[in-house]
Amino acid sequence: MTDKQIIDHLTNAFAGAGVDSDGRLHSRLAALAEKQGLLDVSYRTVDSPLGLLLLAATGEGLVRVAFSCEDHDAVLARLASDISPRILRTPRRLDEAARQLDEYFAGKRRAFRVPVDLQLAHGFRRSVLEHLRRIPYGVTQSYAAVARAAGNPSAVRAAASACSHNPLPLVVPCHRVVRSDGTTGEYLGGPDAKRALLAMEAAA
Amino acid sequence: MTRSLDAAVRPFEGIVAEHGPMVMRVCRALLGPADAADAWSETFLSALEAYPKLRPGSSIRGWLVTIAHRKAIDHLRGAARTPQPAGDLPEIPATDPAESSMDDELRAALDALPAKQRGAVIYRYLADLSYAEVGDLLESSATAARRSAADGIASLRKRFSKGAKR
Repeated sequence: MTDKQIIDHLTNAFAGAGVDSDGRLHSRLAALAEKQGLLDVSYRTVDSPLGLLLLAATGEGLVRVAFSCEDHDAVLARLASDISPRILRTPRRLDEAARQLDEYFAGKRRAFRVPVDLQLAHGFRRSVLEHLRRIPYGVTQSYAAVARAAGNPSAVRAAASACSHNPLPLVVPCHRVVRSDGTTGEYLGGPDAKRALLAMEAAA
Repeated sequence: MTRSLDAAVRPFEGIVAEHGPMVMRVCRALLGPADAADAWSETFLSALEAYPKLRPGSSIRGWLVTIAHRKAIDHLRGAARTPQPAGDLPEIPATDPAESSMDDELRAALDALPAKQRGAVIYRYLADLSYAEVGDLLESSATAARRSAADGIASLRKRFSKGAKR
């Protein structure tokens, strides 16, 4: 038996089972971290007709929803620098948001009832998001109307920018804001996604 | 200047995913299967707490193994014997029933090594640390760590080959 074989056997003899992110050891770590106040951001992914969505939450509430075209790894790295690097995959803490999104895509839910944390948006952008939350299902509004409602009628471009930087698409329904000429305008998840959402809500 | 994706801004989940199996190997080798799961959780909880203050550019691997080393010492001293109430936390199975007797024999042989050799073998070959890092953990030089690791492996090879012939 060679040294290399001994080393290989050693590695096998002590192989760490159950430490993958779906494993019990990981769940236990996440539960202990949450209990001790060391879990600042939890996240999970959820399948949707618009592709895989990333959901992230702080202790306050849902803080980020991201489309896969935004690159989930890059989004998590941004959350690590903008909020805290104490981030763990913790599906349980986001089960309710995931369930409500499922219902929304199934046409069985018209409003989201989950706590949200708007800390990633500041100033006027935040006022825009607060207003967007009040636009009902199936209703659209122009960027100009949104700027007015958010307290600055001349800030149409800034209102559009707030929508395109919405940290919580779907849950804060920026897809319900369209151009004055009736065209859909830009969307974080791509223009096709926006058209699909508007069509779904119009048909319901 | 743009902020680079250094260690301090990497989500902790990535640290657990990358190094979790290595830390588990080390904990199992240092403590055996019964205490390894607790030591693993304690290591990553301590790491999570300290993580935002970790200096960018630090060796994550060396840092985690140093924490695991201290947790293992605590366990062996019985200082960490105040068990957390399990509550609703998922249970961890203490042993894997599918383990082979060959593995058992190797573990027994590793446990029988002198402390420095055992530590050097674990930190060099199961944690993949450099001899300088192994030396720091064992409070000896890199040269001494290299010798201890080589002696340890030689001794294991001898004992294991002898046992396998029986």
